[in-house]
Amino acid sequence: MKALTTLSSRTIVLPDRDIDTDQIIPARFLTTTSRDGLGDKLFYDWRFDSDGGKNHEFVLNHEQFANHRILVAGNNFGCGSSREHAPWALMDYGIQAVISTEIADIFRSNALKNGLLPIVVDPTTHEWLINHPGADIDIDVESSTITLPNGDVAHYPIDSFARYCLLNGVDQLGFIQEHQNAIEHFEENRPWKP
Amino acid sequence: MSVEAPRTLYEKVWRDHLVVDETDETPAILYVDLHLIHEVTTPQAFSVLREHGLPVRRPDLTLGTMDHSTPTTPVRSFRDLEIVGESAANQVRQMQANCEEFGLELFGLDSSHRGIVHVIGPEQGATQPGKTIVCGDSHTSTHGAFGALAFGIGTTEVGHVLATQCLLQRKAKSLAIDVSGTLAPGVTGKDVILAIIGQIGVDGGTGHVIEYLGDTVRTMDMDSRMTMCNMSIEAGARAGMIAPDDITFDYLEGRARVPRGQHWDNAVARWRRLVSDPDARFDKTVNVQADQLQPMVTFGTNPGMVIGVNEVVPDGRNDPGIRKALDYMQVESGKPLTESAIDVVFLGSCTNSRLSDLQQAADILQGRKIADGVTMLVVPGSQQIKKDAEALGLDKIFEAAGASWRESGCSMCLGMNGDTVGPGKLSVSTSNRNFEGRQGIGARTVLASPMTAAASAIEGRVADPRSYL
Repeated sequence: MKALTTLSSRTIVLPDRDIDTDQIIPARFLTTTSRDGLGDKLFYDWRFDSDGGKNHEFVLNHEQFANHRILVAGNNFGCGSSREHAPWALMDYGIQAVISTEIADIFRSNALKNGLLPIVVDPTTHEWLINHPGADIDIDVESSTITLPNGDVAHYPIDSFARYCLLNGVDQLGFIQEHQNAIEHFEENRPWKP
Repeated sequence: MSVEAPRTLYEKVWRDHLVVDETDETPAILYVDLHLIHEVTTPQAFSVLREHGLPVRRPDLTLGTMDHSTPTTPVRSFRDLEIVGESAANQVRQMQANCEEFGLELFGLDSSHRGIVHVIGPEQGATQPGKTIVCGDSHTSTHGAFGALAFGIGTTEVGHVLATQCLLQRKAKSLAIDVSGTLAPGVTGKDVILAIIGQIGVDGGTGHVIEYLGDTVRTMDMDSRMTMCNMSIEAGARAGMIAPDDITFDYLEGRARVPRGQHWDNAVARWRRLVSDPDARFDKTVNVQADQLQPMVTFGTNPGMVIGVNEVVPDGRNDPGIRKALDYMQVESGKPLTESAIDVVFLGSCTNSRLSDLQQAADILQGRKIADGVTMLVVPGSQQIKKDAEALGLDKIFEAAGASWRESGCSMCLGMNGDTVGPGKLSVSTSNRNFEGRQGIGARTVLASPMTAAASAIEGRVADPRSYL
């Protein structure tokens, strides 16, 4: 995982609440055995008509939002399935942070393992962001803050270990492996065996 | 001597699996007792093992099946099974190759034990009270019906478990859902869980592990308890749990992977302690009155958009979310769904594909025909359930009614194996998600119980099953 310390970008806004992982990437694209190239499938059924043509009403197809790296979404983003293809698709497309008032548990966990920053902000900051698509904002992982264009700073909560891993690009598998002795000790000493 | 603080069921199972406890700086390292794997969410994890030259730490605690990408078309022999699409076929081949290379047990295409991952675990008795169970699949919450701590994980975490048998976890908050009252005839566990999600919302359980309590739950059979725990994730919860009792032990006794003889007695004695202590503190408690419930159906595009089968679709004028959902679903505010003509009925999925689900639907369909223009798929949750249902003659009842009797698999629940509802078509489905396009591009889904699905198939519109009891 690549380290992420700061991120400055304009936003893309999807105000819908409860955007589920089937919208982020439909199940029919999950027959892949790779994690690459899924950006083309991101929000596929919202981006494209049934005949494969672009849906020009959908925000990802608006020229002025191309290359924006921060997605602002309605409450409860990423609910539904555990597919890690959802953060893979977002990252492959170029999104590096998702901001909402609530982010579903499994999606958040998956995002953090891939260096995609899930940010939960207060309702006031969220409302401002929803109403200002394309706003240029700065995210600082070390201080866990978002700075809005007017200079207002909002603090967001993040698990200290998750922040450490993001800042240092830590592979969490390595962290568990360092506890090899504790795992062996647990296996040998537990009162019952599965 | 200090007195131990009262603990919830969740806290007991959590504590029992702590390799390293959590601190402010670091999450806990939690040991996993059973790792279920399937073809869709594992290939990239096996690639990571290969890149690092790592073996699977505990092949004996890992069990594989194939369910999502596999077709359910009836076949005489599995040599005839044609997987739909080259990438799905490749995924199935990779699953076989990965399990062979890493020495893992796999219920392959031709196995009589194959089935939906959340059906086979309990069926084999691999799912047991007090275990930690994970799978790269959000409906792993199903196994919590046995008093296990069971939850879905992503593919990176699948790799962690394969390599170390452990996961990094923060302890969740606890949510007690106390369900009381006797269910009316025609009202099932599916209706109860849909009503709960309607009450607390699709994010009502976020950050929490739910424990279902109360006399309604205590009298439910295991199939209904599994249906309830299965859909915990649809309320956003990390997991759903039900304390094990005699109903649980009766279900498990004699199954292939449970202990025998003295070991069984010891296990049951240990499992009986898996209850929340009387004074245990939950972060949140919700009470549900079940005796007034009616059969429930969804009208929108998430499982929280729920009404009673005869109630009218709510007004979406002041709610953009509801408005968008009604637009997609092409249903009208102020009218009941029973006026909506349907095209497809799907009886199956990890939510409702067990023998009692099939039996309940068959009881309604016996001697009746499904309506003209309606396609009905009946997809048993496992090859074993298929066999058991056939021994009871249920397949004949379904076929005589005009339904298609299939091989086991996830089928139309998520439209990635050749079974789809069709663009614009309306389906009554016993599965768990009515998201836009979940059952195939443009498909419109009404979630319901097996009984409601059967009644709807007969009438060709969303229908109240109570007229058939």
